[in-house]
Amino acid sequence: MESCAQTKKYAAKDYKSDLKPIWCPGCGDYTVLNAITRALAELALPPEEVAVVSGIGCSSRIPAYTSVYGFHGVHGRALPVATGLKLARPDLTVLVTGGDGDGFSIGGNHFLHACRRNVDLTYIVMDNQVYGMTKGQASPTTSPDWEGSKLTPEGTGINPFQPLVVGLASGANFVARVSSSDPVNMAQIIVEAIRHPGFSLVQVLSPCVTFRPEQAEWRDIVRTAVVDVTDDAARAARRLMTDDGFNVGKVLYKGNRPPFRPEFEQTDGSVAELEARFAL
Amino acid sequence: MTVQSVSLVIAGSGGAGVVTAGSLLLEAAAKAGWYALMSRSSGPQIRGGEAAAMLRFATEPVMSHDDSFHLLMAIDWENIGRFSAEIPLVETSLIVGDPAHGDAPAALLGGRPRQAGLAMTAIAEKIENGRPNMVALGAIAAMIGLPAEAMQAVVEQHLKRKGQAAIDASMAAFHAGIAAAADLPAIPKLPAVAAASAPRWSITGNEATGLGVIRGGVRFVAAYPITPATEVLEWLAPSLAKVGGQLVQAEDELASINQIIGASYGGVPAMTATSGPGLSLMIESLGLAVAAEVPLVVVDVMRVGPSTGIATKSEQSDLNIAVYGLHGDAPHVVVAANSVADCLFTTQWAVHLAEAMQTPTLVLTDQAMGQARAIVPRPAELSFIGQRLTATAAVEGERYKRYAVTASGVSPMAIPGTPGLTHTADGLEHNELGTPSSQASDHQAQMDKRSRKLTQFNYGDHWAEIEDAEAGAGDTAIITWGSSTGPAREALRRFSDAGGKARLISVRLIAPVQPEKMAAVLKGITRAVVVEQSHSGQFYRMLRAFYDLPQDTRSLHQAGPLAFGPGRILEQLNAWSS
Repeated sequence: MESCAQTKKYAAKDYKSDLKPIWCPGCGDYTVLNAITRALAELALPPEEVAVVSGIGCSSRIPAYTSVYGFHGVHGRALPVATGLKLARPDLTVLVTGGDGDGFSIGGNHFLHACRRNVDLTYIVMDNQVYGMTKGQASPTTSPDWEGSKLTPEGTGINPFQPLVVGLASGANFVARVSSSDPVNMAQIIVEAIRHPGFSLVQVLSPCVTFRPEQAEWRDIVRTAVVDVTDDAARAARRLMTDDGFNVGKVLYKGNRPPFRPEFEQTDGSVAELEARFAL
Repeated sequence: MTVQSVSLVIAGSGGAGVVTAGSLLLEAAAKAGWYALMSRSSGPQIRGGEAAAMLRFATEPVMSHDDSFHLLMAIDWENIGRFSAEIPLVETSLIVGDPAHGDAPAALLGGRPRQAGLAMTAIAEKIENGRPNMVALGAIAAMIGLPAEAMQAVVEQHLKRKGQAAIDASMAAFHAGIAAAADLPAIPKLPAVAAASAPRWSITGNEATGLGVIRGGVRFVAAYPITPATEVLEWLAPSLAKVGGQLVQAEDELASINQIIGASYGGVPAMTATSGPGLSLMIESLGLAVAAEVPLVVVDVMRVGPSTGIATKSEQSDLNIAVYGLHGDAPHVVVAANSVADCLFTTQWAVHLAEAMQTPTLVLTDQAMGQARAIVPRPAELSFIGQRLTATAAVEGERYKRYAVTASGVSPMAIPGTPGLTHTADGLEHNELGTPSSQASDHQAQMDKRSRKLTQFNYGDHWAEIEDAEAGAGDTAIITWGSSTGPAREALRRFSDAGGKARLISVRLIAPVQPEKMAAVLKGITRAVVVEQSHSGQFYRMLRAFYDLPQDTRSLHQAGPLAFGPGRILEQLNAWSS
């Protein structure tokens, strides 16, 4: 008899809400939503035990499109919200979703410290190298010579931010890059990211077909990385610093750092004991 | 009866141990059955700069300093002139300095205080390991009537680990100080008190703030250090651990406010403490907590602003940002503690308000009360009825509405982990389900409910503290808030002792405003003085905007860090009654 192993089976659609996304047709974020729900189904996580946290931006709309618990906060602050939630409720599986502007510009400091702190979170960044919601401005990952924005008509002239290298240097415990053009692979990587303890960083190349139409070519440019996962952060960083940003589909780094837990003992101390210290 | 009290300052440069000396004196006074208030002032140096411990001892509880000090005991004169404005001295005051360090600087002599010398260094040198500050303490004890046994007990407690020789050296210096005091001019002595009649606590405002939030049920705190709020967080870190809670140091104030939003969304009552600059950074996310209806408490231990201002000194000038700082119409709660001990009550109440109304609640305290230590009657045990309203089970055939429009405005909140009630909490305007909406009708309905939560809540009598003179309220009121309450209360007592009639109204619930309650306590009042420590009269302007005030209402306001002494307030009361 196998009846004792009655795991409830979930399908990807069980994790989708009935809201229709506001995204443009062809946006890469559709497949990211699919991959996330697919990953949750594969992990068979009861929807009420999962929370998706986001800030502001096109991709930050994801929580409302899922049927798990969601929190849609302010621009750039998804990681601290998720940190507080996970630390207060370690029983929950907490995902963070957002874009390159939200995560690496206005939220850049939180990104550094979330990597350092290594709370058991999975951070999925949909990187399209543009601010889409405000109609097409350069983001931290935009190349310096992109002249498509009225805000920076001559290009930004500044070097793009390297999220995975910075993530590694800051202490992220899991680093991967995937492409929105391969949702099956993406779902698999997200499963691994959720399973891996500590802070997992997944960069998704997710084209903005409206403000960066040239990104439609990404699906042809990306290639599956030919490297195997390493636990050597320096090695992973070297690979990342020499590639062109289009090696995808693999976990690049898995560290062994134990996740952050503030040192608090579950003692049976009472408030009365605290008060006694003030008594004369 | 007017408080029978003696006020003194111990001042000196780094290493002179003036804050230690002040603390020992405070503890000894506690053992002697007295009440006390100690504040400190220090120079801008991080470590080792000049410092002053300001103490007031009394036979009944005191919440403010006096108008002047009876005694300034200067271990040395290093940079002491910097404190001259904070150490008002008058003709009856006495400055005692060490002749080895020369004469008192002219900055201290404006009020023509008496002067005397005490050879602290020379006396200490004759005792093996004797220290000048212990000689000073001996002299002070003798001058104010503090029994030597009380100090003996405190010194033994403090130096236990250093051994008997250290205790003996300290006490020898102390007794030498007592002997030397015989040659010094007199200052008022406090009467001995029969062994402590009522239980008392020794606590700082910042500690009381921490204890209040723990009592209120907070079990998650995010912390970013900032003067003068850091001690709240440093007290909470080990204390929370003892009751199964946790404190996390955040990377900045943007992170700390958002961490507590996350923790509270997860069902764990949460808070952070900061000061003006940190509050400024948190403002956007406070609006998020309003819109997403996440309960939380933020304590602002106010310091002199704007910008970095004077980080180590007090001002009541964050009232405007606390009340009006959020963009959009963002109904939230602002409460203010009115004394060291009231930090406990007010923060515990704040947690209750935040949880019961699912709204961010700001608590305003300030450096003056936060970093002051007081010996106070043991605070009452408190519990407030009514916690967070949660949704615990799905209703068959009904979709859960996180932001359901209800009569009270409060909607049952589903905590993550609850099956069947998943939803997304949102800072975007939304409908009852939480689905983002840009429709006017949804905005109107949600604004109405968020506002209704606060206006329909029963705040009871806690909105203000009201105190009348013995002969009654008469037609005169003092209206104040926060740490200006201490001197106002004392002014009322002095006025009352002289047969005057007046009413003190200290507002604890700053927002939402309570015009009906105020109208009731202002009935029959024809003149009022509004007392606050801000350059622009922020509180006075707020009262003018929201309350019907008596025709003759005056504003008594001044910028920090100087506090109003009771005398300044009394002057106004006397001017009216003469």
